[in-house]
Amino acid sequence: MKEFRYERPTDADSAVALLTDAPGAAYLGGGTNLVDLMKLGVAAPDLLVDVSRLPFEEVEETDGGGLRVGAAVRNSTLAARRMVRERYPIVSEALLSGASAQLRNAATVGGNLLQRTRCLYFQDVGKPCNKRRPGSGCPAREGVHRDLAILGASEHCVATHPSDLAVALAALDAMVHLVSAAGPRSLPLTELHRLPGDEPHRDTVLRHGELITAVELPPPVPEARSAYRKARDRASYAFALASVAAVLQVRGGMVHHVRIAFGALAARPWRARTAEEALLGQPATEEAFGEAVDRELAAARPLRDNGYKVPLARRLAVSVLTDLAAPDAGGQR
Amino acid sequence: MTTTKPLLGAPTARLEAREKVTGTARYATDYPTDRTAYAWPVPATVVRGEITAIDATAALADPAVLAVLSHQNAPRLRETDDPFVTVLQSPRINHRGQYVALAVATSLEAARAAAEAIRVTYRCEPHDVVLTPDHPGLYKPDEVGVGMPADREHGDFDTTYANARVRIDVVYETPALHNHPMEPHSATALWDGDELTVYDSNQDSSGVQQALARLFGLAADKVHVVNEHVGGGFGSKGSARAPVVLAAMAARTVRRPVKLALPRNQLAATIGYRAPTIQRIRVGADAEGHIHALAHELVTQTATVGEFVEFAAVPTRTMYHAPHSRTTHRVTRLDVPAPSWMRAPGECPGMFALESAMDELALACGLDPVELRLRNEPTVEPDTGLPYSSRHLVECLREGARRFGWHDRDARIATSREGRFLIGSGVAASTYPAFVMPSHAEAHAAADGGYEVRVSASDIGTGARTVLAQIAAEALGVPLDSVRVRVGSSDLPPASVAGGSSGTASWGWPVHKACTELRRRLAECGHAVPEQGITVAADIAEELDDREDFARHAFGAQFAEVQVDPVTGETRVRRLLGVFAAGRILNPRTARSQFIGGMTMGLGMALLEGSTMDREFGDYAERDLASYHVPACADVPEIDVHWIDEEDPHLNPMGSKGIGEIGIVGTAAAIANAVHHATGVRLRALPIHPDALLTRLADQLGLA
Repeated sequence: MKEFRYERPTDADSAVALLTDAPGAAYLGGGTNLVDLMKLGVAAPDLLVDVSRLPFEEVEETDGGGLRVGAAVRNSTLAARRMVRERYPIVSEALLSGASAQLRNAATVGGNLLQRTRCLYFQDVGKPCNKRRPGSGCPAREGVHRDLAILGASEHCVATHPSDLAVALAALDAMVHLVSAAGPRSLPLTELHRLPGDEPHRDTVLRHGELITAVELPPPVPEARSAYRKARDRASYAFALASVAAVLQVRGGMVHHVRIAFGALAARPWRARTAEEALLGQPATEEAFGEAVDRELAAARPLRDNGYKVPLARRLAVSVLTDLAAPDAGGQR
Repeated sequence: MTTTKPLLGAPTARLEAREKVTGTARYATDYPTDRTAYAWPVPATVVRGEITAIDATAALADPAVLAVLSHQNAPRLRETDDPFVTVLQSPRINHRGQYVALAVATSLEAARAAAEAIRVTYRCEPHDVVLTPDHPGLYKPDEVGVGMPADREHGDFDTTYANARVRIDVVYETPALHNHPMEPHSATALWDGDELTVYDSNQDSSGVQQALARLFGLAADKVHVVNEHVGGGFGSKGSARAPVVLAAMAARTVRRPVKLALPRNQLAATIGYRAPTIQRIRVGADAEGHIHALAHELVTQTATVGEFVEFAAVPTRTMYHAPHSRTTHRVTRLDVPAPSWMRAPGECPGMFALESAMDELALACGLDPVELRLRNEPTVEPDTGLPYSSRHLVECLREGARRFGWHDRDARIATSREGRFLIGSGVAASTYPAFVMPSHAEAHAAADGGYEVRVSASDIGTGARTVLAQIAAEALGVPLDSVRVRVGSSDLPPASVAGGSSGTASWGWPVHKACTELRRRLAECGHAVPEQGITVAADIAEELDDREDFARHAFGAQFAEVQVDPVTGETRVRRLLGVFAAGRILNPRTARSQFIGGMTMGLGMALLEGSTMDREFGDYAERDLASYHVPACADVPEIDVHWIDEEDPHLNPMGSKGIGEIGIVGTAAAIANAVHHATGVRLRALPIHPDALLTRLADQLGLA
C-alpha cells in the first residue's frame, strides 16, 4: 500500500515546520475532501499534518466589532453560533446549504476554503487534467462540463471552486489570516484563490507550508440586509449550479452599499465588482440590478453545455437583490 | 392450534430487522474466513481495441501480492455469451471499464496498490458510443425481454392515424440510469477441492449457482451460493456479475478464500444499467378523446457483446384500447458497457413516454387527464385479446383523484402560484405484469413441534423472508413464531430470481403448497411426528402449465404536485400519491415500503438521475453518489400510498400480484405532467433539471 506518515502537532509553528521541510506533505483538516482524493489516487501526500486540533477552534468577537473564526472550527459549529446567525446570517445559510450534516460535522473552515474542484476529470486519474497533471490537457472543455466555469477560465482549465462558505465570505469582505515559516500575513479572501491561467494546478496563492489560522469578518454593515441563495439539482447534498451571496444597504431608495459574490461560476468565489460599481448610488430597482449584473456577466465565456449559468446567475442575483431592496415585499431580511 | 387473526395481510415487522439494525446481519464480504486474500480489479482505460501487453512486475514486487490475473493466466472459463461473467478470457476490449486484470494480495490495501501498479498496453480502435435516433447500426432484435416480439401491429395504423381528428406526434427521451444499490456487488469465494462456496450479493442464488457451475465446468451440487442478506439490487444483481466469478478464479489460483467488493466508481461500467431510450409516440384520437391509432416506436442501445433491449414499447400493448396500433423496438450495438435490468425494465421508461403522451392528448382534446384514461379503458388486453385476470385501473384513478383532491385543482396551465413558486399537479397510470416463475420449496415439521420452510429465495431487502413465514404459518395454521424460514442459499430447494416482481408469487406458491400438504399429513397422523420429522417437497410446474390464459397485470395511478422556482428552474415535489391494484396485499408494512421505494426512485428518474456518456473516453461520467444524484431526504415529500382490495382468483393461492416494481412506473410521467401544468413547459427529455427548464421557462413566462 501507499504509506504515509501522520503527525498531529499541538501548535502552529510545529505544523508549519513539519510541512515546510517536506515538499510532499499536506495539511489535514476534517479530511472530507483530501481523504477522498487520496483514495482516488488524485492526492498522494507522504506526510499528513493534522491541523484539525490546533488551538484554532474559537469564534470570537474582535475589538473592532468584527468576528474572528479559527480555521479549525467545524462547519456545523460555525453555522449554529448565535453570533453568526444574528450578525452574519449568510455565513450560516451558505454553510447549511452545503454537503450533508455528517460532512459539516467533520469539515473545518480552513479546509472548506482549500477544498479542490469536483470537476469529474480532476477526480479521474485515468484521464488527462491540467490541474492534476500539468500539461496533460483539459478534456472538460469538449467533454462533460455542465457544472463548470463560465467566468475567468482559461484554455487550460474550466474548473469551479465548490465552496458555499467562500462565496458568503467574499461578499462580507472577509480577511484570511495565514502563518508560514516567514511569519504571519493576511489576505482578503477574494485574493486567496487564483484563476487558472496557464497554471491551473495552483488553486491558491498560498506558498507551500502556509497555514490558514483564521478567517476574520469586519463588523456588519449597519442597516444592510443580506442573503445567500443557491440553485442546484438536488435539494440537499449537491454542489451549486450557481449561487449568489449579496449584501445590500439602501438609503432613500438608492444603493448605498452593495456586495455581490457568485459561486460555481469560476475557480474562485466571484466578486461582482463591475456590478457593484455600477449600482453604487443608483436606484435600488430590479431594472438597475439587472443592468448591473448584465455588465458583470458580459465577461462570461460559456462552453457548449453550461451557457444556462449566465441567465441562472443573473436571475438569482436580480431576484436576491430585489428581495433585499424590498423589506416588506417578501424580502428575506 | 388455531390462530385468532389471519397472518396474511398482517403488518408483520421484518424478521431480520434486529440483525440489520444491530449490524449482525452478514452480507457477502462479512463472513469470517481464514487466510483471507483480497482482490481488486483493474478496469480498461480504453474503449475499444486489444491488450498488447500486461506488465505486473511492479505489482508483484510487493511480497503481500499473491497473484495478478489477466487473460494471459487466468483460469479458463467455459464459453458463454453473457458479457457480465466473461472476464479475463480474451485480450479484446469491448468498452471502457471492462476488467483487464485482477490483483490478489493478503491485504485489501496491498491489492489496491498492486492494481494501480499494473501497466496495461493497448492497441486502440476508433469507438462509437453515442445513441442517435437514426444510428446506422439500428436493427430489429429477434425478441425483447423474455420472449416478447420486437414488433406488434394491429389494424391499419398509418391510415387511421392520418385521418384522425386529433393527432399527437412526440418524441421522449430517457437517459442512461444506474442502479447503484447501497451494497456494491461483492463476493467471498472458497474452494474445497473441486467444491466451490461463494457468499455473493445477488438476487438469485440458484441462478448464480447454475452460472458458476457452467463457467467452471462443475456439477451444480458442487457449487454453493449463499446470499442470506443483500443490500439492494434493483435488477443489477439478477444474474451473476463479475465479482463472484473473479473471486472464484482468484481463490482457485491463490488457494485461499478471496474477498472482492467492487468500489463504487467501478459499478457504472460493469454491473449493467438502464439503457437510454428515444421513444416516438403517435396517437390519433377523435374529438372526444377515444384513441383509434397508437404507435410507440423505440430506439435504444446495447453493447457489442450480448444483447439487452430496454423493451419500453411493451406496456403500450396492455394499457389502452387502440384498434390500430404499432409497437416497435430498434436497437444498435455501441462500444458501451452492457445494459441490463433495472427496476421495471421496459415499463418504467416506456410508461414515462406513453403517460406523458396521454397528458398531451388530454390537453389537445380539452379533457381532464383522468377522464381521458377512463374513456380508453379496454375490455380485453389490446395486444392479445385475452381477458384480464383483474384490472382496476379505473378504480385506482378514481380513488386517487378523490384522495388527492384532483378535481378541486385549477386545471388551467401555469396559473397557480404560492409565493414565488409555480404550482402544478399531474397524473399518470402505472402497470406491471404479475409474473410467476417455476420454483420449489420444502416444509418440514420437527418432532419438537417446530416448523421449517426451505426455499432458495433471495431477500434483497424487500421483506421476502417475512412474507414467506406468513404464508407458511397461515397455510399450516400455526403461530408465526413456530415457523423458521430458510432462504438465501442455493443448497435449499431451487427457486427463481428476486426479479420481475415475481418473488412472493413464485416462492410463496410452492411454500403454500408444501405447507398445505404437510398440514394434511399431520392431521392424518394425528400430529404424531416421528423423530426425524416429516418433510414435504413441492414445486409448481404443473400448476403453471395448467393455468388458464389471462392477461395478468397490476395497475396503479400516481398523482404528483410540484413547485417550480421560476427564478432558477428548480423543481421540487410537494406531494406524491399512489393508489395501486396489485391483488391481495400480504404484508401492508413491507408492501408500503416497496411502493414508497419505487415512487422515490421514480422521483429520482424524473428530476435527478441520469448518466452522461463521455464521447471522448466512452464511459459514463457520474460514478459516485456525489455526482450521480439519487433523491436525498430533502427531495422526498410525504409519499401517500393506498391500495384497492383486489380479489383475483386467477393468480396463485395467496391472490397476490408483485409489488416491487410498479411503484417506479408512472411516477416520472406524473411529475413531468405536473411540471407542465405548473409552467406550461413540456420537457420530453429526462431528467427535468433546472438548466433544461430555465430557458424554456423564460420563453414561456416572458422572463428575462
